[in-house]
Amino acid sequence: MTRADRFALGLSWTVGLACITFLMLPIVITVVVSFTDSPVYTLPPPGWSFKWYAEAATRQGLWDAVLLSLNLALVSTAISLVLGTLAAIAVARGSFPGREAIATFAVSPLMMPGLVVGVALLQFFRDLGLRDAYWSLLLGHVVITLPFVMRTLLAAMNAFDFSLIDAARTLGLSYPKSILKVMIPNLAPAYLTGGLFAFLASMDNYPISIFLTDARNKTLPIKMLQYLEEQPDPSLAAMSSGLILLAVIVLAFGARTVGLNRMIQG
Amino acid sequence: MTGRLDRIGLLAVPALGFLAAIYALPLAMLLAKSVQTAEGFSLAEYRAFFADDYNIRVLARTLRVAALTTLLAFVIAYPTAFAMSRAKGIWLTVFLVALVLPMSLGVVVKAFAWSILFRANGVLNSILMGIGMTERPVRMLFTETALIVGAANVFLPFMVLPIYSVVRQLDTRLPEAAASLGATPWFRFTRVTLPLTLPGVVAGSAFVFSMSVSMYVIPSLIVGERQQNLSMLIARSFLYLRNEALGSTIAAILLAIAIAVVLLSGWLATRLGARR
Repeated sequence: MTRADRFALGLSWTVGLACITFLMLPIVITVVVSFTDSPVYTLPPPGWSFKWYAEAATRQGLWDAVLLSLNLALVSTAISLVLGTLAAIAVARGSFPGREAIATFAVSPLMMPGLVVGVALLQFFRDLGLRDAYWSLLLGHVVITLPFVMRTLLAAMNAFDFSLIDAARTLGLSYPKSILKVMIPNLAPAYLTGGLFAFLASMDNYPISIFLTDARNKTLPIKMLQYLEEQPDPSLAAMSSGLILLAVIVLAFGARTVGLNRMIQG
Repeated sequence: MTGRLDRIGLLAVPALGFLAAIYALPLAMLLAKSVQTAEGFSLAEYRAFFADDYNIRVLARTLRVAALTTLLAFVIAYPTAFAMSRAKGIWLTVFLVALVLPMSLGVVVKAFAWSILFRANGVLNSILMGIGMTERPVRMLFTETALIVGAANVFLPFMVLPIYSVVRQLDTRLPEAAASLGATPWFRFTRVTLPLTLPGVVAGSAFVFSMSVSMYVIPSLIVGERQQNLSMLIARSFLYLRNEALGSTIAAILLAIAIAVVLLSGWLATRLGARR
């Protein structure tokens, strides 16, 4: 190894370690600050307490927002998994022209400005006369979750050996049954990864939801930003820590069943 | 046989129909409305937008912040991807957790954390004063630098992962071969390693640029209303000013930028692919 190689290696490790610190910094700070007993954000906290957790749990409207966000994330991810499975089979197995274009189109909402999609949906639903906030939000959240599911499922199905399906059909299973009993169990890691990221993206979405909510239907990110404007005390750090805990649990589950390395390839 | 395969194409209809109706059509209608007045086709809204110096400044700031955020993310991500490709065992896990955990967290949570960090009586200032680097608190919140640091932090995983996936597949024998032929380290890097990793850099940069050009929550919490970007201008036109014509026009401009980024990165990716 030459001196230049050693220098390059040293540099990449130095930056790499700084990068890890930089990425973890906001998470660590949020968790530490949430246990403070002071109403301002100082570090280290003058004393420790759980009082901001108690405060957060009693904030008006928090649990309604949590339930609405969980509901939207679960239902929209489930719809996306069904729509995404069908479309990914068509792209992977079909012989019609324009399959590349279909794949690009289905993943494209990921690259579009969320706020622009939100504005477009707001005007569109109003023109249609759709006034119900829950249904507007649900349709919007399927647009958010579908690209995540499509991206992972397309990659997985391109690598899947579809002769297994033919074998299952020779053994007497119908086509839908062989998809359910052979393909989906085989592609379980892709389903889990795509589903998890879709779920988290829906839980997190602000720019589309903000145009589709009404006074009674506010999702968690919208409610949190509203609290932040009204009264920015450490109870927000406590709520954030709750969400960090949720992400850690979801990832630990993903890491045990799929493996972190496979999750990032999705 | 082809009959069955063609019928398989019908399975794409529900998803495509959904996206056409609830995504493509609304966006097309938004574009149509921005060039439509009572008298018919008109670019008056666009002329009015570009005639206002304030809007030009907002547009310039949006593009500048997005470019600098992408650059900062690249400078951190590129060496990190190489370190990560050499990492094994527990270190690889540490890298993966440091990338995937922030990715799974809401942008509201992270932007809020950065607004705590940058506060005048906040965490970074107490660290700086603690180690004696400054005596008085430095003004950080509400500055463009703070915004770029915060945004680069949020979008960093989307730069690291595409570069990592290319670096990991890099044939390490190629730079070695160049070295055995007498290439200097600098020549090896610029002529062998860098061109081979460019597809990952293009993919990561396109992701980070398109996300930071349209970010809304991060600037709202870190710089506030005084330094607006295009997204904040859109939200303001719709939610506070109730000026939908202006809002639709800015939304169409932002959409055009996003589509340009997608097309440009796609074109670059095919060119890089063709050259290899």
